[in-house]
Amino acid sequence: MGRYLLRRAASAIVTLWLLATIVFMIVNVLPGDVGRRVLGSFAIKEDVARFNHQIGTDRPLIQQYFTAIRRLFTVSFGNSYQSGKSVNSIIFPALARSGKLALLAFLITIPISIAAGIYAARRQNKVADRIVVTTGLATSSIPEFVTGAVLMSIFCVNWKLGHVYANPPSGTSLFGQLPYLLTPALAMTIAYFGYITRMSRAGVINGLQADYARTATMKGLSKGEVMRKHILRNALAPTITVISVQIGYLFGGIIGVEKVFNYAGLGSTMLAAVKSRDIPVLQGAVLLVGVIYMVSTLLADVLIAYLNPRVRLENAR
Amino acid sequence: MSDSDDLVSTPGADVRMPTHSMMTSTVPPTTPAETELSGAMQVSERKQARRENWRLIRRRPAFIVGVFIVMIWTVCAILGDKITPHHPLDYRAGTHLSPRLKFPFGTDDQGRDVLSRVMAGARDVIKVAPLAALLGVLFGVILGMMMGYFGGWLDNVLGRIVEAFLALPVLLVALLAVTTLGTSSGVVTGVVAGLFTPVVARTVRSAVIAERDLDYVTSAKLRGEASTFVMFKEILPNVSGPIIVELTVRIGYAVFTVATLSFIGAGPQPPSPDWGAQVSEGFRVISAGIWWTTFFPAAAIASLVIAVNLIADSVQSVVEAS
Repeated sequence: MGRYLLRRAASAIVTLWLLATIVFMIVNVLPGDVGRRVLGSFAIKEDVARFNHQIGTDRPLIQQYFTAIRRLFTVSFGNSYQSGKSVNSIIFPALARSGKLALLAFLITIPISIAAGIYAARRQNKVADRIVVTTGLATSSIPEFVTGAVLMSIFCVNWKLGHVYANPPSGTSLFGQLPYLLTPALAMTIAYFGYITRMSRAGVINGLQADYARTATMKGLSKGEVMRKHILRNALAPTITVISVQIGYLFGGIIGVEKVFNYAGLGSTMLAAVKSRDIPVLQGAVLLVGVIYMVSTLLADVLIAYLNPRVRLENAR
Repeated sequence: MSDSDDLVSTPGADVRMPTHSMMTSTVPPTTPAETELSGAMQVSERKQARRENWRLIRRRPAFIVGVFIVMIWTVCAILGDKITPHHPLDYRAGTHLSPRLKFPFGTDDQGRDVLSRVMAGARDVIKVAPLAALLGVLFGVILGMMMGYFGGWLDNVLGRIVEAFLALPVLLVALLAVTTLGTSSGVVTGVVAGLFTPVVARTVRSAVIAERDLDYVTSAKLRGEASTFVMFKEILPNVSGPIIVELTVRIGYAVFTVATLSFIGAGPQPPSPDWGAQVSEGFRVISAGIWWTTFFPAAAIASLVIAVNLIADSVQSVVEAS
């Protein structure tokens, strides 16, 4: 187990370095003068030159590259070109806000979709099963901003149940923030529900057909006991992988929802940084998303290896 | 480093789409005997199997519904303002009129007919999405074929790069590239295709790895065939199933990505009609009770994505069953 973990972690670091390189390349392919872009077309030449010197964009690319890599490993991304504040003081609070939204979305999604998966599996190929599967397929293929906008028009405007803007007034307690976050979280639930349901349904169907389930039934356990004690434990492993991968995916897809609900999370921060060419903020935020993605897939692999000795031993070679 | 390495076990950045089953990212469970048979299969037999699959796909109701919806939007995209009830840029109606007989979907903030704009707005996405998916699959097949066939250090190096690309948020990279290079549909097509390439490459790679040590490949090599011949004439026909599935799934994603890009401002610019752009113009006034400017283009996006996915799902279940 230890060796397996070590190897996965080492390969994650290599990937992270590549990720930083890719981000650096994309950002520096952008033509045009950074100082000119930030200060605007009316700034005088000397100011632009001074600004470029100050932020280091007049140095050779290779030097800038090493600075970028050093910043990655020391987790300090410098200061924002726009506000002058340190990048960390911008991206981490934004991450916390996005995290809150994501957590709420998953707290709603996971129980509902696992329950729906079990329900559908037990009625395999009956009408109820078809309805669950088709609904999941349909809703999860729609972009989040579309579900967000539709939910907003029905939920918040027609029924007056939620807030159109997800940013709670400052000083609101954690509990008081819930109603603000509920509608965007529901939009995300609709987007993620289908896939998790599909995975847990497939897992349970496999489990129901397995020999161990028959044995358990034959020795006199009730249906509920067979499900709880024997099937779920085996059936949910692929579901766990999917959930943790989606945690990583979510931070990329959250941009749409945050824009619709005007929420000041990581997605909005990245969007604003792209538009104003705030490179330090952008680099920091994208790398942060990359790290989250990698940590969550790593976690999924470790969890699966822990749950399933076969995977663990095969990878320990 | 073995072939069943973490590259295969790390699911993609986009597993959300339900049609993209986990099966496609692992080595297909074909037994050597079966594949050997299909490798030796005569061209005519293969053709017949393909015809049989096509017949099975056509019979699925989900496929018929999907094709029907896609066709409606394609007609709208081709004919555009020739068939819209009003001109999509005509601003002479009152602003923010609610849906009524003359304007079934209401009018927007500039007094333009929402129905006409939704119909004409199909053009960009119908043009860009399939092309982007096709290009992405083409590059992905070439890359994945090389990784799977040659293996070794080439596979290792490319594999790491592919994995790093998969950890990047697709939307953000696309946005970044589009803000730099411009929002023309050519750029959007290229960027989306480029972002799909690593995902497709990974799928193709695992399919090729399952094939490359089979007898028909070995015998082709012993005959002295060139690598490109073995890859594209011998292996490619035998991995065409997962590739076709990947293509249909990718079209669904492309619609998704193109619509989201234009929503966040990296698509056709105003005043030209486009669904994503319409939603982003409209959603700010939802709180004032004006829902129709947002709802109808949003529903149009949803209908197209769902239709493409119904098609993809039908294709996938037939291909995987055969």
